[in-house]
Amino acid sequence: MDYDIIICFETHVELKTETKLFCDCLVKYEAPPNSQICPVCTGQPGALPVLNKKAVEYAIRAGLALNCTINRESRFARKNYFYPDLPKGYQISQFERPFCEDGYLEITGDDGKPYVVGIKRIHLEEDAGKLVHSSGSLEASEYSLVDYNRSSVPLLEIVADHERNPLRSVKEARTYLEKLRQILKYIEISDCMLEKGQFRCDVNISIRPKGSKGLGNRAEIKNMASFKFITDALEYEIKRQSELIESGSRVSQETRLFDEEKRVTRPMRSKEDAPDYRYFPDPDLIEVEIDRDFLQGIEDSVPELPDQKLDHLIKHFGIPRHDAIVLTREKKVSDFFEKCALHCNDRRRLSHWITKDLFKLLNDSSLTIEECPIRPKDFSRLINLTDRGDITDSIGRTVLYEMFRTGKNPETIIEAKGLKPIQDVDLLDKILDEVIGENPDAVSKIKQGITKPIDFLVGQVMKKTRGKAPAKKVRELVHKKLLK
Amino acid sequence: MELCDRSACELAGMLRKREISSREITESVFKRIDEKEETINAYITTTRETALKQADLADKKFRNGKRTPLLNGIPIAIKDILCTQGIRTTCGSNILSNFIPTYTATAVKKVLQAGAVLTGKTNMDEFAMGSSTENSAFGSTRNPVNIEHVPGGSSGGSAAAVSGGETILAIGTDTGGSIRLPSAYCGVAGIKPTYGRVSRYGLISYASSLDQIGALGRTTEDCAMLLNVICGHDRLDSTSAQVKKPDFRRSFNKGIKGLKVGLPREYFVEGIDTRVEDQIMKAVKVLGKNGADIIDISLPHTKYAISAYYLIATAEASSNLARYDGVKYGFRSNHDLPDSVRMYEETRSEGFGKEVKRRIMLGTYALSAGYYDAYYLKAQKARTLIKEDFDKAFEKVDCMITPVSPCLPFKLGEKMADPLQMYLVDIYTVSLNLTGLPGMSVNCGTVDGLPVGLQIIGKAFDEEMVLRVGNAYEKILKGPHRKDAKNAEKR
Repeated sequence: MDYDIIICFETHVELKTETKLFCDCLVKYEAPPNSQICPVCTGQPGALPVLNKKAVEYAIRAGLALNCTINRESRFARKNYFYPDLPKGYQISQFERPFCEDGYLEITGDDGKPYVVGIKRIHLEEDAGKLVHSSGSLEASEYSLVDYNRSSVPLLEIVADHERNPLRSVKEARTYLEKLRQILKYIEISDCMLEKGQFRCDVNISIRPKGSKGLGNRAEIKNMASFKFITDALEYEIKRQSELIESGSRVSQETRLFDEEKRVTRPMRSKEDAPDYRYFPDPDLIEVEIDRDFLQGIEDSVPELPDQKLDHLIKHFGIPRHDAIVLTREKKVSDFFEKCALHCNDRRRLSHWITKDLFKLLNDSSLTIEECPIRPKDFSRLINLTDRGDITDSIGRTVLYEMFRTGKNPETIIEAKGLKPIQDVDLLDKILDEVIGENPDAVSKIKQGITKPIDFLVGQVMKKTRGKAPAKKVRELVHKKLLK
Repeated sequence: MELCDRSACELAGMLRKREISSREITESVFKRIDEKEETINAYITTTRETALKQADLADKKFRNGKRTPLLNGIPIAIKDILCTQGIRTTCGSNILSNFIPTYTATAVKKVLQAGAVLTGKTNMDEFAMGSSTENSAFGSTRNPVNIEHVPGGSSGGSAAAVSGGETILAIGTDTGGSIRLPSAYCGVAGIKPTYGRVSRYGLISYASSLDQIGALGRTTEDCAMLLNVICGHDRLDSTSAQVKKPDFRRSFNKGIKGLKVGLPREYFVEGIDTRVEDQIMKAVKVLGKNGADIIDISLPHTKYAISAYYLIATAEASSNLARYDGVKYGFRSNHDLPDSVRMYEETRSEGFGKEVKRRIMLGTYALSAGYYDAYYLKAQKARTLIKEDFDKAFEKVDCMITPVSPCLPFKLGEKMADPLQMYLVDIYTVSLNLTGLPGMSVNCGTVDGLPVGLQIIGKAFDEEMVLRVGNAYEKILKGPHRKDAKNAEKR
């Protein structure tokens, strides 16, 4: 049987504010356990929350980037439940009147056409602390320790709409997550590092016989932080649910967990056991009013989004689409490109060198573009040197390697390494004569008007000079000697 | 008269004249504590050693001749619901019986910075839930006026300490009447300021939207002196108001001539002890005779106040008290517990007292899916209506006069068996917490030797009016007042 697949994400993103959502403690991932804590984020009796304005700004920025309506009056609510990593016994979250509602995210569907995925709401909440178990899980452990460094770190929850254009396949699900992550990184509100748990998902999935109406019972798979696992879990669920339907059983509405080792999902709790969180407005926090100027300021701060940037690179800089896609995957990369482009004549050459040569160097040493030791200005000078034929591409690569290693500018390296092109015409003449003498066949062909062996001769000169002969100049000499 | 029985303003004056030292006052207070505390049980923790050190420090400041705050060298007791760094803070509960805070509440910080001498942490109903200070894990407090009777609650320890000379000033908190009721029962003055006037940072929450810190003293002037120090915006409390900070003592000596004083008719109906009513009406007559314009007003939604209060307060409490789970601090059940859920259950079952558990259950129910609209939301709507009643009435009057309590201080144990009877004691006080309005209790004589409190209600952030009327009434009763702090400050 063929099925319609309905997938819908709730994504939790940790914001990269300097301080936590309700206190002055620093958001620091590498800090020793319980070193970034205070009475507020450890739920000490009598401590009170004070809202971080920057976090509100980030939430609204996300809302604008995802085409949401921004609620001018918003408020926080308490979500009540007990867990050892939740110091107050409730999480400060939003329920009624979140900051952002009714948005969308446009992706490329599996059919290659644009598909507009509905976003129901985006709200701000605090993260919980982290449990460190003496073995496996809380239940199985002899003891568990709590680290409250993460407690009250601002978390953005982006809830997709399962009625308004939900995702229709596992592939689309992945496209959605990648696009969402790309945008959130672009607007610089989160680093979205999956391995650090900065981008975590709950996913809802249900299936129904193709063409039928209404929604089937859905499974919610909780708390996944790897695209691979999400894909695996979804594929497993499609199989599980279709087998249930085909064997005449019903899919039950429940929450499930993904077993990373066995690559299967397991039931966690049924709909009947769903906890009653007893949401109510947090009386410790007053209603948040977003004034016009504040909103305008955020609107002005939203940078060019990936789709716009892609267009811009293709149209304005004339670079090939496949390069532009690679360059716009991350804002930091397109920023690097644009900084270089300011000083560069041949942008196509520039994009090629970034996406091929520079990326290889970065990958090999597992650095990000921000950690790249080469300054954009120096990089563009190198490109200009190769462009003018002052040095050959192959020497250019040697220079690039040295620049990457030392952070020095290309001219200094060329000078120090003796990679300077030979400018002495007499010397070049002499070497060319040697080459002509050694290759009579090629010479006679050229004289007959076959131009192809010219490259061969130039190459031979290069070989003798170890690449230091300026190719352009040598070519001119060949022409002068053999074709006048 | 012993030093420990004098008003803070008097003592402040004497200190400035160098007639006495802070050490002498403090020693007098601790002498009284030694004599009475075993009977009264006003304190959960006394801090004699640090108090004497603070007193000496205060005296040193006087000797150095520097200008010092009025509070310098004056003994003060703090309700054990306010966090004090390094000093055990129990909230009257077993669950916090071993809790030593790592920080100090804003209001406490302010009085200590002003040079006040901390005498200790006072007894209270557990988590401020109660009207008699009988719901304390550290035993009941007795009323120093008559030890057979309760001091009122929940700030019963603070009121009893002031009343019995076991301190000079006290800080209390008021969620449904918890400053005003014990002040009335112990015959002292106590003010609950407008919600937002005093920072709640460091006040262990019972019901966040109702809790407010206030002052207790022997006179309205003492209250004003303390309120001056503890009030003001605090960036650590989002609900603290950014309003101007007046000198509350300025409002005195203005008299009450021509003031419009409202008498809400819904507060004088069945259920009130006629002896209390008579006493209040006598006071009203005195005010009228001295030039106040007594006006009959109506607060039609008064009958919903108690229900609305007990729904909102318990709903908030059910969430506020979730943090006492045995994980981070305080009591943890030491039974052999198989898992974390059992640890929560046992810790909370053993750690909380009966009334606290009752209110947590009530509040949990009121917030539950399917009941939220019928209870919590309805209560919020009633709260709005009650607020509108007051807004309307205050178009016609400058302040209002009511009883604090419908009955006289009752005997220990008398109402413990019937929680509903106990809840009804708050009938005249809870509306001010629902509306956030300021109110104070001033003694208006006794019936059978038991004090009766007069409640004065003001407009939002108009504590000056409340204090002015209270002070005028005190002066009419007592005749020209003794040396006041104003003279003291001039010196």
